[in-house]
Amino acid sequence: MDYFLELFLGGLTRGSIYALIALGYTMVYGIIQLINFAHGEIYMIGAFTALIVASILTLLGWNQVAIILIASLVAVVYSSAYGFTIEKVAYKPLRHAPRLSALISAIGMSLFLQNYVLLAQTSDFLPFPSLIPDFNFLKNYEHIVRSSEIVIYATTAIVMVLLTFMIKFTKMGKAMRATAQDREMAMLVGVDVNRVISVTFIIGSATAALGGVLIASHIGQINFYIGFIAGIKAFVAAVLGGIGSMPGAVLGSLVLGWTESFFTGYVSSDYEDVFAFLFLVFILIFRPAGILGRSDTDKV
Amino acid sequence: MVKHPFRKSLVLIFTILFACMFLFACAEEQKPAPEAKQEAAAPAEKEMGAIKIGVAGPHSGDLASYGIPTIKAAELVVEKRNAMNGINGRKIELVVEDDVCKPEVAANTATKVVGDKVNVVLGHICSGATKAALGIYKDSKIIAMSPSATNPALTQSGDYPNFYRTIASDDAQAQLEVAFALDKLKLTKLAVLHDKGDYGKGLAEFAKGFLEKDPRGEVVLYEGITPGAVDYSAVVQKIKQSGAEAVIFGGYHPEASKIVSQMRKKAMDTIFISDDGVKDDTFIKVAGEYAEGVYATGPMDTSQNPMAIEAVEAHKKKYGEDPGAFFLNAYAASLALINAIEKTGSTDYDVLSGALKSEWVATPLGIIKFDERGDAIGVGFAMYQVQNGVYVEIK
Repeated sequence: MDYFLELFLGGLTRGSIYALIALGYTMVYGIIQLINFAHGEIYMIGAFTALIVASILTLLGWNQVAIILIASLVAVVYSSAYGFTIEKVAYKPLRHAPRLSALISAIGMSLFLQNYVLLAQTSDFLPFPSLIPDFNFLKNYEHIVRSSEIVIYATTAIVMVLLTFMIKFTKMGKAMRATAQDREMAMLVGVDVNRVISVTFIIGSATAALGGVLIASHIGQINFYIGFIAGIKAFVAAVLGGIGSMPGAVLGSLVLGWTESFFTGYVSSDYEDVFAFLFLVFILIFRPAGILGRSDTDKV
Repeated sequence: MVKHPFRKSLVLIFTILFACMFLFACAEEQKPAPEAKQEAAAPAEKEMGAIKIGVAGPHSGDLASYGIPTIKAAELVVEKRNAMNGINGRKIELVVEDDVCKPEVAANTATKVVGDKVNVVLGHICSGATKAALGIYKDSKIIAMSPSATNPALTQSGDYPNFYRTIASDDAQAQLEVAFALDKLKLTKLAVLHDKGDYGKGLAEFAKGFLEKDPRGEVVLYEGITPGAVDYSAVVQKIKQSGAEAVIFGGYHPEASKIVSQMRKKAMDTIFISDDGVKDDTFIKVAGEYAEGVYATGPMDTSQNPMAIEAVEAHKKKYGEDPGAFFLNAYAASLALINAIEKTGSTDYDVLSGALKSEWVATPLGIIKFDERGDAIGVGFAMYQVQNGVYVEIK
């Protein structure tokens, strides 16, 4: 039973990690039907920014809570700026081009950012300090769950609730939903579509950066390539849950995390990825739009 | 649609960024590719009773960089010996032949070398080519010594009693890891993990094989992990569940540091033993305090050996550059062959075989002789442990 619980919590951590990245994927897809392949790179840039800021602040002798807050804040702001700029540079000029063009532009952006960080920083793995302090009340349960994992669960839950709230109840959320349903119609009734799209990219990038900081601090190492694999997995999770749906992204991520964890734990890690993707195929056969996805009604 | 006024400036910024990167790329020093030209060995005059050493390996083609350092090593050794009156007054002559690292060519190369009536052969370089050539040398009763062929079967199969080598075989690391775990640490339950790559999986399979043959050890878990995965918590739990006392990991340091860190964070003190893919300072840098106590095998340190320093200096003096791959192994092999001929005063196959297996000889790799199967004793890997943030050799 202990073993089951440990695998369950391990899967939950992995799923929450995927979820923080998948949320950005799914939001962007919901609004402009673009698979933003550069999203994983935003996550990586967030982690790098946090590492740089945290190293400087540690040198200056700040206390740990201040360091994690400021490092996260800077990472979120900086990554959001990247998300905003990427949309303006790489996607906006292609908004009326075929969808494939924007997709290729996204892949190009992803490669560009990876190599940019490779050249500007290093190709080596770098140690990432464990920013999240150990909670005292967890002392006796440390072998089962660690404070960094608790923080990851909590952050994912809070981010999901806040985003759902924003989309359901704020003016910006209404504008987003309108843009998602029909961009031209929304424009006609006075929604500033460009602004909506920019905000979507900013929010998506902010969650990815937050994910980057938490995950890097949980795993303890980063390099320029971490965004790629995490991004692919998060994308799979978003599709699994139903791309475009916010709760779907989180559910899909958790299901993927648990699938991988239990398959590794009870069968074999040799075929972990194979099984995860088989599961995706299986779900898509029975629910082509994903677990919580609505089947896309073509716009008239 | 309203055009954002600053879109143009954003494009400009990105253009500048791109330009910077190109500058970066161009600023990288363009190193001229090393000329693969290789002079044939000095055309020594035919002298009565000169000792002929065949040097065979890839000297042209894309793997030439593996073979040419061996010629240079042989030339340096022979030059030095000939200046000191050769072997018991007989000059040494090199017969250099190219096998381009291909088994089908190597058989011809061997026939040619045998036709030149060489006494011993230094070579070949690649395992496949070596295997193809060995049968021909065996039939002609010629000893061949490779500085680089690492395929375990070459010595272990017993098919080639005429074969010797001054490099450890591919399974030497796995053997050392298993012997260390069973003999030194007295462990009984081991988990064997690998990263599914050629290098890591190959090592893990050897380790598993050795453990299964040994009644003292038991493999409680054998798994491949996915390199680059975001975390390894499930695998770590599985190690814990299996009750393994130690993990033998075949792979590289990024995965190793993740696994070790996660094990330590879950308060597991399972011993971690790995290979020279992990014996890397980046591992210690990334894993930090969690790296303490980790074992890893790595090549024995020869940088302090005065003969190695001397050989490298001589190479730099003559060729104006640092020596290439397997240079020291080839240097050691040349010395071992010459020593055996000198000590026995004979080039007879049986006499030489006996001498190689009984006479210790000082080489840049340390003082070596050969075991029954032809593997050099005193060459190969040593076990290291991270102690206070550095790898320390364990004697």
